[in-house]
Amino acid sequence: MNATLPAYNFAYLDEQTKRMIRRAILKAVAIPGYQVPFASREMPMPYGWGTGGVQVTASVIGPDDILKVIDQGSDDTTNAVSIRAFFARVANVAVTTKTVEATVIQTRHRIPETPLSEGQILVYQVPIPEPLRFLEPRETETRIMHALEEYGLMHVKLYEDIAQNGHIATTYAYPVKVEGRYVMDPSPIPKFDNPKMDDCPALQLFGAGREQRIYAIPPHTRIESLDFEDHPFRVQEFDRPCGLCGATDVYLDEIVTDDRGGRLFACSDTDYCEERRERAA
Amino acid sequence: MSFTQSQTAIDGGFLDPAFDAQGVFARLLTAISRPGTVVDLGVCCRSPAPLSMAQGALLLAIADGDTPVFVEEGSEAMAEWLAFHTGARIGEPSEAQFAIVSRPSREWLERLPLGTLAYPDRSATVLVEVESLKDGHSFTLEGPGINGTSRIVLAGLLDDFAEFRKANHALFPCGLDLVFTCGSELLALPRSTIVTEV
Amino acid sequence: MYVAVKGGEAAIANAHRLLDDRRRGDRSVPVLTLDQITQQLALAVDRVMAEGSLYDPELAAMAVKQARGDLIEAIFLLRAYRTTLPRFAASKPIDTGAMKIERRISATYKDLPGGQLLGPTFDYTHRLIEPDMADDRPVPEPERRSCDRHESAPRVTDILGADAMIEPDGEGTPEREPADLTRSPRTFPADRDARLQALARGDEGFLLALGYSTQRGYGRTHPFVGEIRIGEVEVEIELPELGFPVAIGRVKVTECQMISQFKGSKSEPPQFTRGYGLVFGQSERKAMSMSLVDRALRAEEFDEERVSPAQDEEFVLAHSDNVQATGFVEHLKLPHYVDFQAELELLRRMRSEQQYEDAHKEAAQ
Repeated sequence: MNATLPAYNFAYLDEQTKRMIRRAILKAVAIPGYQVPFASREMPMPYGWGTGGVQVTASVIGPDDILKVIDQGSDDTTNAVSIRAFFARVANVAVTTKTVEATVIQTRHRIPETPLSEGQILVYQVPIPEPLRFLEPRETETRIMHALEEYGLMHVKLYEDIAQNGHIATTYAYPVKVEGRYVMDPSPIPKFDNPKMDDCPALQLFGAGREQRIYAIPPHTRIESLDFEDHPFRVQEFDRPCGLCGATDVYLDEIVTDDRGGRLFACSDTDYCEERRERAA
Repeated sequence: MSFTQSQTAIDGGFLDPAFDAQGVFARLLTAISRPGTVVDLGVCCRSPAPLSMAQGALLLAIADGDTPVFVEEGSEAMAEWLAFHTGARIGEPSEAQFAIVSRPSREWLERLPLGTLAYPDRSATVLVEVESLKDGHSFTLEGPGINGTSRIVLAGLLDDFAEFRKANHALFPCGLDLVFTCGSELLALPRSTIVTEV
Repeated sequence: MYVAVKGGEAAIANAHRLLDDRRRGDRSVPVLTLDQITQQLALAVDRVMAEGSLYDPELAAMAVKQARGDLIEAIFLLRAYRTTLPRFAASKPIDTGAMKIERRISATYKDLPGGQLLGPTFDYTHRLIEPDMADDRPVPEPERRSCDRHESAPRVTDILGADAMIEPDGEGTPEREPADLTRSPRTFPADRDARLQALARGDEGFLLALGYSTQRGYGRTHPFVGEIRIGEVEVEIELPELGFPVAIGRVKVTECQMISQFKGSKSEPPQFTRGYGLVFGQSERKAMSMSLVDRALRAEEFDEERVSPAQDEEFVLAHSDNVQATGFVEHLKLPHYVDFQAELELLRRMRSEQQYEDAHKEAAQ
């Protein structure tokens, strides 16, 4: 190590940890949708705040990469700011807010509206990687269910929703099937974003630090949201365009503007919204 | 141990371990997430026979004391080099996480770990050096990571390769992941890829 | 015109400055020294070392200070530092039989070799706040006995073991290094070494509640405190080059051996079973709770029905770590408005559909 390098290793993690995570990532890519156990390290940020995503990003990122970090679609939310600052400090990488410029995008809860391209990597922060967890809390049981492709329970749950509410009541973290084999939790993105995962040209990596799992969707992989013939999967629809840029077919945040029922609906993807406004100006 | 031997063991590693390992891994990740894509690792290490440069670089990047390596026709110099630079030891086929074999045949489905239905990740990655990644037999690829279909061309000891791939794919989600190397280049065929001979 | 919220970076920097200010408090009050913390808040330091899985009193004191006395935050700081340290070796098992004892009590024997030693315990203090605590009143030196006497204090479980009245300690797994949850992912079912590690790192409050629940009938184990001992033990590592173990230092630990429900079969005469607790520093509460939960978790080994939370390995191990737990509970304060919006949208749609149906029904009537 020469004197100009900081006291900690490039991208914070020691090399042995990175190798371990890299091997897990390679396995995850080879078995799309399967949750690879990995010896998640204790990171200098709390569990549940993106430690899995941070470890994945730290293991893939290199000095030539350009990093974008979003939370709720926005680059400016505090946790996104904090994670971006962490990487700028420990990996000295270039950072951006522009989706098209980024080579690695770490996200919490959204997929950018701008279509991703070949060569990009989208890293998801995942709180509960097990899609069956709320049906069966035991790891020993869910592991068997995945092994035997026993996903009946999930369909029963979704169907019970329909019977009770007339709708599938899952609006985010909506389960998907990967290339016809594994049922996978897409992380708590709104189901609005699910179709973007299908046949996506970018590599999608998922990191769950506290739960010690990494999984992946290679580019151009078939991703189907679970549904029923009589109740096909549908995404959220907004009955108005973005109040700032006028975009339709995007996911909107609802912002309370006063205490008299005033609401503004605006793009959740702040980069997308700004780009559109700049182009219009 | 003679002076020349120990020199061989010490020489030829990454010049900058953190950055070189990242560079090699990033290319390997591209290769395995886009099966059939040929990536060039560049000149980043000098590995003793029978390891080709790409194989040596790959092991430097992701092998260590936690990953036994099986080498079909190993050499003392290679074992020393590997131990010195990575801490990885040469192991039996049944415990190998990385296996360097001369030809990808069905034999290895009997001898190397394939993972289990509960833990399909507990399987080996097989490295095979071939004569060319540009000339030879053509194969069509389909599956995750491939936009429609793609084609690869390989030259080497590949008589029952298609048969091996068929048997391997039938084991999914278990099975072996395969990396073909040639000099400093490589391409990967994870277990999820369907390979048909053209 | 609405302007999107900006300035996260400045807000974070300012928050950190304010935090620093609040940590220091009134500048006219002398700053806490690390010595003061290790000496006068030693049990806080012990807990941070135990649950932080790192024996370094000075570092733990720094963490306590930086965390403003929030011990889970301090544990987190220590853990995040620990994870960056290389692992040189696994020590040989420490020998608590050879402990330099400061406190040692048994609830199963009135007297025994080595005697009962009360040591520095709160046990028989009357919990009356001492007005003296407000000042620095002089504190008399404690009674001391000479340390050179070689009276042995065999472990109660060894005394019972000599008569085969208690199950043997087990041989462990000398052929492999003990499990390390910080280096490999947890898997179920877990081996006892991994379980004990998880309990030793586990949250004191969580284990206390679980241990308590076993006493109230949720997985009862009929426990007796065979022995609690607190004191210093030597830590040794084996250096392959030397061929013999080398002492690398001493650590203070608390050990609790719980003698529990006996077990036997047609072929095996009945014997007491064990629950084991070992914690860095002085923490009886934690060591005792740990030994209760360890025994409860061994239900399957003894063909006991697993019906209670403390017997449920997945439940206990997945939730015992307070750094994980606090992170995940507290992450709920991060923005979730994207998912909330998704729920709002569905709720509005369902309500409007219902209103539509109700209106139809009314019209039909």
